[in-house]
Amino acid sequence: MSGSMIDASSWGAALVRISPYTFSAIGIAISIGVSVLGAAWGIYITGSSLIGAAIEAPRITSKNLISVIFCEAVAIYGVIVAIILQTKLESVPTSKMYDAESLRAGYAIFASGIIVGFANLVCGLCVGIIGSSCALSDAQNSTLFVKILVIEIFGSALGLFGVIVGIIMSAQATWPTK
Amino acid sequence: MYGFEALTFNIHSGYLEAIVRGHRAGLLTTADYNNLCQCENLDDIKMHLSATKYGSYLQNEPSPLHTTTIVEKCTLKLVDDYKHMICQATEPMSTFLEYIRYGHMIDNVVLIVTGTLHERDVQELIEKCHPLGMFDSIATLAVAQNMRELYRLVLVDTPLAPYFSECLTSEDLDDMNIEIMRNTLYKAYLEDFYKFCQKLGGATAEIMSDLLAFEADRRAVNITINSIGTELTREDRKKLYSNFGLLYPYGHEELAICEDIDQVRGVMEKYPPYQAIFSKMSYGESQMLDKAFYEEEVRRLCLAFEQQFHYAVFFAYMRLREQEIRNLMWISECVAQNQKSRIHDSVVYMF
Repeated sequence: MSGSMIDASSWGAALVRISPYTFSAIGIAISIGVSVLGAAWGIYITGSSLIGAAIEAPRITSKNLISVIFCEAVAIYGVIVAIILQTKLESVPTSKMYDAESLRAGYAIFASGIIVGFANLVCGLCVGIIGSSCALSDAQNSTLFVKILVIEIFGSALGLFGVIVGIIMSAQATWPTK
Repeated sequence: MYGFEALTFNIHSGYLEAIVRGHRAGLLTTADYNNLCQCENLDDIKMHLSATKYGSYLQNEPSPLHTTTIVEKCTLKLVDDYKHMICQATEPMSTFLEYIRYGHMIDNVVLIVTGTLHERDVQELIEKCHPLGMFDSIATLAVAQNMRELYRLVLVDTPLAPYFSECLTSEDLDDMNIEIMRNTLYKAYLEDFYKFCQKLGGATAEIMSDLLAFEADRRAVNITINSIGTELTREDRKKLYSNFGLLYPYGHEELAICEDIDQVRGVMEKYPPYQAIFSKMSYGESQMLDKAFYEEEVRRLCLAFEQQFHYAVFFAYMRLREQEIRNLMWISECVAQNQKSRIHDSVVYMF
């Protein structure tokens, strides 16, 4: 029961009195918002180089769209996890809203959102920068494309790790039964 | 912050960097140069060049071709590329690209002033000027009698104005003073460019420092060699050296007192990067020095393309194009004058 272990006027007391639904909502927002930030960042980094390089070497355009697709996948991961997380929200009666069990559920959704959001942010950046170099190298020497694509595949696996851990975390979001 | 430029560079300059790398792919390779060296006359050269990026510039030229026409049209391509890039650039890249032009402006100013001294026609001189270094009031240079007038009438409105502070004397313009003026202006320009690149930071600062330091050192060596045996005093010579670069300050002290080429060689061999250049030449030979310096410059410029997300690729591309135009001029002259055995004396291969 909150309050028994924590001094009523400390920061700890203030933190446990924040509604778990606040944390959940912020987690869901971060999951989709920051993932899309990462995807957009990656797409513009690779897109601007691709457009410029394609002027002198038009053959690279169709193959190098793969880099853009990898960045886009990062945004889709964010959307999927956000949808999964919002299905985990349940209403609990006010008497139980600050139970340890409720707080745990709120924190789990928050953590899941942060995990997915920031993993996708860096994954989008990584794939974007590699995609830009890939486009420029492909324009000079077309044998390099497949090799650099392998690097990109490893980069996009980072986002997948985030999604997996995020979904495992969200399984912890069990609210107290009525 | 060095290392994180990849995150934001492409916002303003990603497209232009990709374009400049595309242009770099169009530079002539050793195979192209070998083909050109096999040509019998200038029309053959035109035919071989029509398969390269210069094709559209040369196709409308009537035969008989002259070497100057070939060089002029190829320079036009360089100018078009440059203008295309600078009109799409934002700060600070537009300032960086402007800096690349100032060297040509200085050369043009000196060309017109020297030509006027030798009583040539202004229009003829203007046609010989490099197109990248043109500015509006350039024809007025012919009117000036001494440097103060030069500054007051024409140069105060140009970007070269801040470089003149060390040059302002009321002496009349003669050949010696004009060369001193050229070198003083160039010294101020290089130092200004160097400071600007340092302010930009990151990979641009690192790569440009190396390239500009090499340029400063090369000019120091050339000034030394050219002023051996002239009336230029040691203090004046030392004032013309830039205050950065591998040779600053101890190498400059030693170079200032050199009286012949072997002493210069002795000074330069203490610096490992330059020892390699000087070791290619046997004692007493100075004609190969220019070519050795050009080869070293081309090697460093090609290395600038190894990193992404910095501005030095633009500088490197412009310099490599200029070297290519020099190569084409040499090859065309050798072919036109039937001296094909001497072609390999001065062609610097890039890739």
